[in-house]
Amino acid sequence: MAERSFAREVEDLRLGHGDTFRGEGILAITKALLQSGVAYVGGYQGSPISHLMDVLADAKDVLDELGVVFQSSANEAAAAAMLSASVMYPLRGAVAWKSTVGTNVASDALANLASGGVTGGTMIIVGEDYGEGSSIMQERTHAFAMKSQMWLLDPRPDHECIVNLIEKGFELSEYSNTPVMLEVRVRACHMHGSFVCKDNLKPRHTIKDALNNPKRDVNRIVLPPAAYEHEQEKIKTRMPAAIRFVHENRLNEQFGPKQGKVGIIMQGGMYNNVIRALQYLGLSDAYGNTQVPLYVMNVTYPVIDSEVAEFCLDKEAVLIVEEGQPEYLEQAINTVLRRKDIQARIHGKDVLPMGGDYTAQVLLGGVRDFLERCEPRLLGNRPPAPDATPVLNHPAVERLKQVVPARPPGLCTGCPERPIFAAMKLVEEELGQHHVSADIGCHLFSILPPFNIGATTMGFGLGPASTSAFNVKADKRAIAVMGDGGFWHNGLTSGIGNAVFNKHDGVFVIVDNYYTSATGGQDILSSRATNTRRKTNNSIVQAVKGIGGQWVRQIDRTYDVGRMRDTLKEALTTKAEGPKVIVASSECMLNKQRRVRPQINKAIKDGVRTVKERFGVDEDVCTGDHACIRLSGCPSLSVKQLDDPLRDDPVAAIDNSCVGCGNCGEVAEAAVLCPSFYRADVIHNPTRWDRFKSKLSMAVIGWLQQRRDRKRPVLEALA
Amino acid sequence: MRDESTRLALPAAGDATERPISIAIVAMGGQGGGVLTDWIVQLAEDQGWVAQSTSVPGVAQRTGATIYYIEAMPPLDGRKPVLALTPTPGDVDVVMAAEFMEAGRSILRGLVTPDRTTLIASDHRSFAIAEKIAPGNGIADQGAVTGAIGIAAKTEIVFDMNALAIAHGSVISAAMFGALAAAGVLPFNVESFRAVIRAGGKGANASLRTFDAALAQVQTGSFAAAAPEPAEATRPAPAPMEPGLAALVTRLKQQFPAPVQAMALAGLKKVIDFQDLAYGSEYLDLLDRLLAADRQCGGGDKAFAFTEAAAKYLANAMAYDDVIRVADLKTRAGRRARIANELELSQDSVLQTTEFMHPRMEEVIGMLPARLGRWLGGKPRLVGWLDRRVSKGRRVRTYSLPWFLALYAVGGFRGLRRATLRHAVETAHRDEWLAAATAAVRSNYQLGVEILQCRRLVKGYSDTHGRGLSKFDRTLAAIKLIERREDAADWARRLREAALKDSAGTELDGVIRTIKSFA
Repeated sequence: MAERSFAREVEDLRLGHGDTFRGEGILAITKALLQSGVAYVGGYQGSPISHLMDVLADAKDVLDELGVVFQSSANEAAAAAMLSASVMYPLRGAVAWKSTVGTNVASDALANLASGGVTGGTMIIVGEDYGEGSSIMQERTHAFAMKSQMWLLDPRPDHECIVNLIEKGFELSEYSNTPVMLEVRVRACHMHGSFVCKDNLKPRHTIKDALNNPKRDVNRIVLPPAAYEHEQEKIKTRMPAAIRFVHENRLNEQFGPKQGKVGIIMQGGMYNNVIRALQYLGLSDAYGNTQVPLYVMNVTYPVIDSEVAEFCLDKEAVLIVEEGQPEYLEQAINTVLRRKDIQARIHGKDVLPMGGDYTAQVLLGGVRDFLERCEPRLLGNRPPAPDATPVLNHPAVERLKQVVPARPPGLCTGCPERPIFAAMKLVEEELGQHHVSADIGCHLFSILPPFNIGATTMGFGLGPASTSAFNVKADKRAIAVMGDGGFWHNGLTSGIGNAVFNKHDGVFVIVDNYYTSATGGQDILSSRATNTRRKTNNSIVQAVKGIGGQWVRQIDRTYDVGRMRDTLKEALTTKAEGPKVIVASSECMLNKQRRVRPQINKAIKDGVRTVKERFGVDEDVCTGDHACIRLSGCPSLSVKQLDDPLRDDPVAAIDNSCVGCGNCGEVAEAAVLCPSFYRADVIHNPTRWDRFKSKLSMAVIGWLQQRRDRKRPVLEALA
Repeated sequence: MRDESTRLALPAAGDATERPISIAIVAMGGQGGGVLTDWIVQLAEDQGWVAQSTSVPGVAQRTGATIYYIEAMPPLDGRKPVLALTPTPGDVDVVMAAEFMEAGRSILRGLVTPDRTTLIASDHRSFAIAEKIAPGNGIADQGAVTGAIGIAAKTEIVFDMNALAIAHGSVISAAMFGALAAAGVLPFNVESFRAVIRAGGKGANASLRTFDAALAQVQTGSFAAAAPEPAEATRPAPAPMEPGLAALVTRLKQQFPAPVQAMALAGLKKVIDFQDLAYGSEYLDLLDRLLAADRQCGGGDKAFAFTEAAAKYLANAMAYDDVIRVADLKTRAGRRARIANELELSQDSVLQTTEFMHPRMEEVIGMLPARLGRWLGGKPRLVGWLDRRVSKGRRVRTYSLPWFLALYAVGGFRGLRRATLRHAVETAHRDEWLAAATAAVRSNYQLGVEILQCRRLVKGYSDTHGRGLSKFDRTLAAIKLIERREDAADWARRLREAALKDSAGTELDGVIRTIKSFA
């Protein structure tokens, strides 16, 4: 494993009836799954649900006690396909991934699953990575729920509500024979809160039971004519059942007065910020005591027509608060009202922005506009709403805009991917710019300064596939980059396999750092650590060769910038046909430090001879050109102003976060930069021989130094 | 909006309309913002409050800017407050910035407003990549942040919390927690803060020390660095000046006007350190000539800006970076002492350093006697053949005897330096530059100063040095085109600033194109 323990979090999973859970939203979800009696869980890690996968991976004992099967899935499609276990058997199962990217990958399996329907309750937890801080394209999971007819839960950001909805969601799934999706936004996933626990439930039907008593039913398989039947069944049976269940169990909530001229309908996830906006307008207190009727859709698909109609019946106008676009709910509710001839006017994206986060500030503006148009009397004597514009318009703050630098994410201190991109920059200087297809993973940061490498990114593991068009003889070859995570996710087949098959002439760099590092350092097939629960140490090089790759180079120390550069150059210029594959491997430094640092500290304490390495810069040799930083971007390689009136520009400096990876020196050497870098090796607990050698040479060196110093004019007196 | 709205009274909902206390922590990934967030949540929960925190780890965790947000409020009659997930501009009680530019960013996001926000910020800097990669000085202006804080914050607590934390063997989150306790914005006593840290277990003692130090520093109002400066007395008194040096200093003090003396003295020190006393004398001779030109052009009214710029850049030009200088600097006694000090080397450990050097044939030729060097330089095939043998990365173990002796020997070539090809090339280049500046200063004083300052473009080693030289040459050539214009000095300054913006010289080329369009 990634040497990071989730032991404390695992303890939270053991909490029983009446205990109070305090912690992160995503952990509350994990606990809720166990309280629901799941028989199996799976998924693919990625923000914001990585934590769920990590904790489950470390929770073997808890899961074993309950008889729950946990599988880490190769990708989201594999995770979705795993849910097929609930098609024939009354097994409750859940999978989790980052959406919408993961849902994109999974959608084939999801569509098949939704068509045939399920017997056991199935739940797909999607971490809706939308809005500020998101790392992906801005889209909504809602469309997937609608097109495949899966029910979409969007609970209020409140642990109790989320946990309750998960438990109810499994029932809903079973009652309507339909998979259910639970959408949790990034901030709700990482939200600290609390709820009162129930005991964990052992699954009523286990995987073992199912294996021992196999069942099949042709009518549940997506094959004509069953597939046509499924569509009718979805419309005529499953949807009405779901609507009945949601309505009878009051999964959607109403707050505030029953009647009113106006009201607000919202996705559950919007509730907290809506309350805050109402509070700013003097229409609610901090405890949700609202003066405006609210209809909170904890289930955003299907829309419960009767509830919407009842809510709107006496209102003159209703505001729909629905984050993201298109405005599916607004359209659906308009249809409901038109069909039932209810006259309430619907507002939504006319007063609220079509795209982007619905923060309390944005909602404040939208709700105020809505009320000013439809019921200004409600606004009454408005308390002053928070407003930062006077400050923002102040010249001193305006000036700040030009000063505060952007701070994009970058590779960590000592990252083994840095020398790969430094080498690519060096090759670029020699052979000119090339078309580079980038991929998802830490290495994507190479598209940002200082590297500025990479033209496109098309999806996890699709870096190589996205160079497939560039398969013609030209003066330059295309370069594709992909990580080990992407490689095992799908890149082996979609990228390398296809390049072999199509005799692609490009260069394929596989960045292997022993983990899926960008998602938190999970183990994968090629991880080098021994993992008692999985089979690791499966070679990427062998996989590439096994699939037909012929020109394959393994570089087992990426910090060797010179070799990296020469190998890249060879790949770009060789006459060899077919894909040129370079596997560049070194352990993720974040994970390595987690593993190695305690070992080193212990060794030093125990009196074992240990060499600690760190880099430094001779500031009087450095000329302050910063060419080294332009080829590195290491957080520990920075600049400092010298107290010297003769120097205008700051010099390079290495701070004590340096892990001695060697990149600085290797780059300085390979790029012929300057001789100001040095590596300091400190031998802790030196042997007698170390001491003797050092003493002897330092005696001679000291004598020589004194000899020369005597000849030098003493300049200290010159202030 | 209809008029009636303002006349209608809305009954106040009493205490309940109060909003929760809101705290935004702005930090960079990996700064421990998560720990601080957890502490604050724990603190509020310990007092029976309901607390909620949110964050967006995502990609920001890798050194990007990120925000943690906390809201806390007591429950009312068993009812939990509904807490928001994002900070609202203009409605944040406390902003805690773990880095100074991030404090600036929080102001730009509208999180700091004068009616309610207490800003707790560490004024240390962690430079952004854009600040680090400029070939010149790309460091952002801290003063702009200080100025904006004065406008935006209701209360400010600003000091170097990072230094304080390091001095007490802990991390910045502990210092910030101490500052928060001292700020008095949370209605909890200091002991409850300490209890939270103690409950954290690991590293609690160092955290508590840091917490208390930060608390004390805010309460006593002295935001000075925590670690006491090493006492001056420990430094040995400087040795008396030898007569040759004393003569040069006397000459400097007599010949040069007061405004330029400090710079000239620094310059003199640098060139003597580079070569010898005679070289110092040469420096003063050259500077004297420039001073004469300066006087003729009315430099007295301009604080002798021309001579002062010359004192600075002439010293840099004369103390060029050659192999001899590098070898000399690397073998000095003070250098090893400095490294040992930086590493906080203990008595019973052994230090060794490795230099990453990549000598090329160019450097070898530069060290040859001028005529021999020129002859060899004219034989590209021979040079190429030799270069393949010379040019490779060499890991030099500085404090192993063989390598030290080699470096020491190279450093010892100082006596022969004046005869080398490199010295001849540097001297010729220097004289040409000084001539251009002297010619310019006679017609346009400021342009003369600007030309001197262009020397700043020449720096680095090997290719970088080559690029710097080429920028210098292009800049001087472009200045030539507009030297007769009244605003020539402005253009010269623009050219130089553009040249320092990026390494490829794209911006410089842009300015040159503009100049060519009208010159």
